[in-house]
Amino acid sequence: MKSLRRALKYLFPYWTTASAAFLSLVLVSATNLASPQFLRLAIDGGVVGHQWSAILWAAGGLLGVAAVRGVFTFLQGYLSEKASQGVAYDLRNEIYAKLQGLSFSYHDQAQTGQLMTRVTSDVEMVRQFIGQGFLQLMGALVMLAGSSLVLFVMNWRLALVSLTIIPGILLVFARFVRNVQPLFRQVQQKLGALNTILQENLAGVRVVKAFAREQHETKRFGRANADLLAENIRVTRALNTTFPVIFFFGNVGTFLVVWYGGNEVIGGSLSLGQLVAFNAYLGFLMFPIFMLGMIMATMTRAGASAQRVFEVLDAESEVQDRPDAGPLPAIQGRVAFEDVSFRYAGAEHDALSHVSFAAEPGQTVAVVGTTGAGKSTIINLIPRFYDVRSGRATIDGHDVREVTLESLRSQIGIVLQETVLFSGTIRENIAYGAPEATQEEVEAVAKISQAHEFILEQPQGYDTRIGEGGVGLSGGQMQRIAIARALLLNPKVLILDDSTSSVDAETEYQIQQAMDDLMVGRTSFIVAQRISTVRNAGKILLLDGAHVVAQGTHEELLATNHLYGEIVSSQLRDDSHQQSATFAVDS
Amino acid sequence: MFGGHFQHQASIREEKAANGKAVVGRLLGYLAPYRLRLVVVLLLTLIGAASAAGGPYLVGRAVDSFIAVGDRTGLAINMLLLLGVYLAGLGARMLQGYLMGWVGQNTLALLRGKIFHKLQRLSLQYFDKHDAGDLMSRLVNDVDTINNLLSMGLVQAISGALSLTGILLAMFGLYWPLALAASSVIPVMLITTNLFAKMARRAFRKTRETIGDVSADLQEDIAGIKVAQAFNRTGLNQARFAQRNAANRDANVGATAITSAFSPTMDLLSTVATIIVVTFGGYLAMEGMVTIGLVVAFLGYVQQFFWPIQQISQIYTQAQSAMAGAERIFDLLDTEEDMVDAAGAKTIPHIQGRVVFEKVDFAYDPLHPVLHRVDLAAEPGQTVALVGPTGAGKTTVANLIARFYDVTGGRVTIDGMNVRDASLDSLRSQLGIVPQNSFLFSGTVADNIRYGQLEATDEEVEQAARLANAHDFILRLPQGYDTVLGERGNSLSQGQRQLVAFARAILANPRILILDEATSSVDTRTEMLIQQALEQLLQGRTSFVIAHRLSTIRNADQVLVIDEGRIVERGTHDQLLEQGGLYADLYRRQFRDVEEKAATPSLAS
Repeated sequence: MKSLRRALKYLFPYWTTASAAFLSLVLVSATNLASPQFLRLAIDGGVVGHQWSAILWAAGGLLGVAAVRGVFTFLQGYLSEKASQGVAYDLRNEIYAKLQGLSFSYHDQAQTGQLMTRVTSDVEMVRQFIGQGFLQLMGALVMLAGSSLVLFVMNWRLALVSLTIIPGILLVFARFVRNVQPLFRQVQQKLGALNTILQENLAGVRVVKAFAREQHETKRFGRANADLLAENIRVTRALNTTFPVIFFFGNVGTFLVVWYGGNEVIGGSLSLGQLVAFNAYLGFLMFPIFMLGMIMATMTRAGASAQRVFEVLDAESEVQDRPDAGPLPAIQGRVAFEDVSFRYAGAEHDALSHVSFAAEPGQTVAVVGTTGAGKSTIINLIPRFYDVRSGRATIDGHDVREVTLESLRSQIGIVLQETVLFSGTIRENIAYGAPEATQEEVEAVAKISQAHEFILEQPQGYDTRIGEGGVGLSGGQMQRIAIARALLLNPKVLILDDSTSSVDAETEYQIQQAMDDLMVGRTSFIVAQRISTVRNAGKILLLDGAHVVAQGTHEELLATNHLYGEIVSSQLRDDSHQQSATFAVDS
Repeated sequence: MFGGHFQHQASIREEKAANGKAVVGRLLGYLAPYRLRLVVVLLLTLIGAASAAGGPYLVGRAVDSFIAVGDRTGLAINMLLLLGVYLAGLGARMLQGYLMGWVGQNTLALLRGKIFHKLQRLSLQYFDKHDAGDLMSRLVNDVDTINNLLSMGLVQAISGALSLTGILLAMFGLYWPLALAASSVIPVMLITTNLFAKMARRAFRKTRETIGDVSADLQEDIAGIKVAQAFNRTGLNQARFAQRNAANRDANVGATAITSAFSPTMDLLSTVATIIVVTFGGYLAMEGMVTIGLVVAFLGYVQQFFWPIQQISQIYTQAQSAMAGAERIFDLLDTEEDMVDAAGAKTIPHIQGRVVFEKVDFAYDPLHPVLHRVDLAAEPGQTVALVGPTGAGKTTVANLIARFYDVTGGRVTIDGMNVRDASLDSLRSQLGIVPQNSFLFSGTVADNIRYGQLEATDEEVEQAARLANAHDFILRLPQGYDTVLGERGNSLSQGQRQLVAFARAILANPRILILDEATSSVDTRTEMLIQQALEQLLQGRTSFVIAHRLSTIRNADQVLVIDEGRIVERGTHDQLLEQGGLYADLYRRQFRDVEEKAATPSLAS
């Protein structure tokens, strides 16, 4: 329930709206009390007294009351929804912002489907309580207190008798909250699991189809669906063994009052009229109790969901600005690793072990090595996507942990290994990191990354939509847009993580040629498999098993390192006999 | 994420508005299997209603017949009877609620299952055009709107209708002219309800669409979070999300404006009924045609009349939200499956591996053809390399073999059988594809390798991993083959993921293997080792290899050079080099560093 209290704080900004809704609720109840008065007027004054004017007055009064009640009913419904939608809006935005800020290591572990469930479904559960539920709760509590008071004033002994049911009801409530909150949590958890399977299935639809695994996937989903169903049925059972019981307790109240009161009447210590009147008023006590029962369900459910929402909001981002972090000044581009070790969460081995190197401003550094040796890891530590475990990574002598992330990353252009573009136009994708870029600037970088030509061939050129709902691009075309996107930032440090793996050699060569000018004065890191890509680098880092086993120029490494020689020869092997002729033409 | 989605087909949706009844009918159809249970629910509802009516009756009897006359024993018996009635009500309500909840939840599960099943049957073309997040929203959020209706609404509607009928009967039994006058508001109520329902439906449709947009945005942005962080885009993304989020909030508030206005309108109309009874009844009483008591009784009924109407109309609006959700669900369920087994599709027998393209044309959208009259023939056991600049159509060729898309002209045959005539399952289960993006699922490494061949033993899994050169690194993972991978396999490096995807394809033991840049992120040394393994593996299997590293394709039986959707050169590596065309050109670029090699002859082999 602590989470729920915290969720209620989100109502503060809307307190005027919420208060107005509450006031409307009270006024609706008040107008309800007025109607019987007009009916009495119509009967007593009109029908019995044979006075048309009384009847017309009553009719007018009834209509007036209905109109006023209508206005307040509307306001109550509308305003409470408005406030609760505001709360949901704020919560969603806050979770979204949180997710945007959480570091790579969080997202490595998190499941998209689970996160989405929290942003949509869980927030909705919290909203439902905060909207109607909370108002009704307040209303019910006020009514409960008010009617108890009235009952005590009418006849304190009968009131005591009728209130004996309250402890029983409280017990049922307590048991319900205790037992059912975990069930609701389970439901949301299972819903998230279902969502995760669905999300993965949609993201991996090509693989599913390629392996004709539709049936297998349907079974997998079926299991998650059955799990969710089982949890939902458990909740259904819990709900239905609770509310009818509360209803029953209410009835027992009447039962006790009538029996006890009846005997009192028979014994002469109570008048029949008093008993009848008391019993009539007992209804006013029961109504809020039943309402509480209903609210209890929404509340318990909201409590479980609020917990899940706050789990995300309270997640610690491993990588965040230090309190004393200052902006990184405009950099020259000297990137240095000093004895850096790094390990991914949950891994048993270091992904990088005691790595040291320095890249001078303007230098091109190639990162080469076996699969899984740690090439991408090095790259990921420069823009501080992860924090080093020991040692330090510096740019121009500043430890990357001591400067603000924004100032650091805005000076680094990176092409990630996995090309992710967003649905939108090609122009929007290239201008992703600099939305205010001009068309000329966008075209200039597209030309360098050899994307301009194929973009012009698209139906609407730079305004062609890509991604979901748009034109499909080949892997190589996507990579070229990703390169343009990084170049547009005009970064001092440029990182290309295997960014041309799907680009044909011809195009890659052209990209390289075009980038040669661009690279001047920039420090660049290039991860690549093709030796032709890295051959001209000022420095090559050779990684093997989390260590930098050698660094130097292509020639130096060829001369001194066996592994490097093997990698080079793996690309050239068995060509030698036919190559001299072919290549003579080229050179 | 840059705003504007594709499935806003307003006109189609308008058309659907007319079919509201069809949607209801269809939704109710899902309840049909639970007929028997629903009858029991109905009976229990009746018992519950009887108990609710019997309670006050017995209380009244206690007062009039026993307390008033001082009969303690009679009172005791009466009270025990009352307790019995209460207990019966308790039992009936418990059982009724549980049964209805059970039926509701099962129906929802069925609906979710149906949606998922449908999604599995839709072609890639469909997924190219629809946001994953929006589809997710249909299965989760839209189904949830139906939940509220099924679990509470239906029973309330039934019990509301029951008490309404009861009250009407009582009124007409009492004095029909007054009853008729009072119920004259009912048609007005019906019309008003209909009007509101229409408006509400439109408003709720908007809420369903906007939550779909929110979900789509979320899905894409969470998937692309690393890029967003790398490009300092989080602030801007936040603003965009807030926009979508606000659109959903406003749609909800808008819908509430309508539903909140509905109940007071109904209230007003039933007040009119009360006024009719007061004035007309008053007139009748004053004229001496009816007794005052009758008018009072009528007023009591009219007052009661209001509650079930209020209840039913409330449910009706709530139902509009469910209908709007259901529309989206049915919309998806009714999507035509463009990639289904043809009537009489045959199971393709054990594939020999002769793959032929005959004058194949293909376009993802009609305006932009991707392949033009492509002819190719791969003999069983041959390795065919597809080479060409990016965007030339290489992956498309692979996609057509697996019939991910249907050709727009010509035909694709395997062993002489048109792939359209073969059942998809039998076709694809004999193909092994390592796609450009090596997508892994969350689960263990072994699960992932086993994906295409669930019955494979641990030994077979390991063997496939060895062939793909993945065994060594897998053993270094914390739990070896049982290491659980994160979503998309993101605890592995890209190259490692490709190796696992490779092992997965090997284990599937396909007759035709398609490698679409299967090892682009694998270092060349490992790739070379894989190739040696492949040579054994490929014997007797037809394979298509797409790669930019020409070294990968040197040994192919035929090399097809594709440029702008046409096959511009074909032949073996040596023949093509001699031709001195595009291929020779590409080849030279790749080995530009030959001078290097000449300088260090010791390295050659």
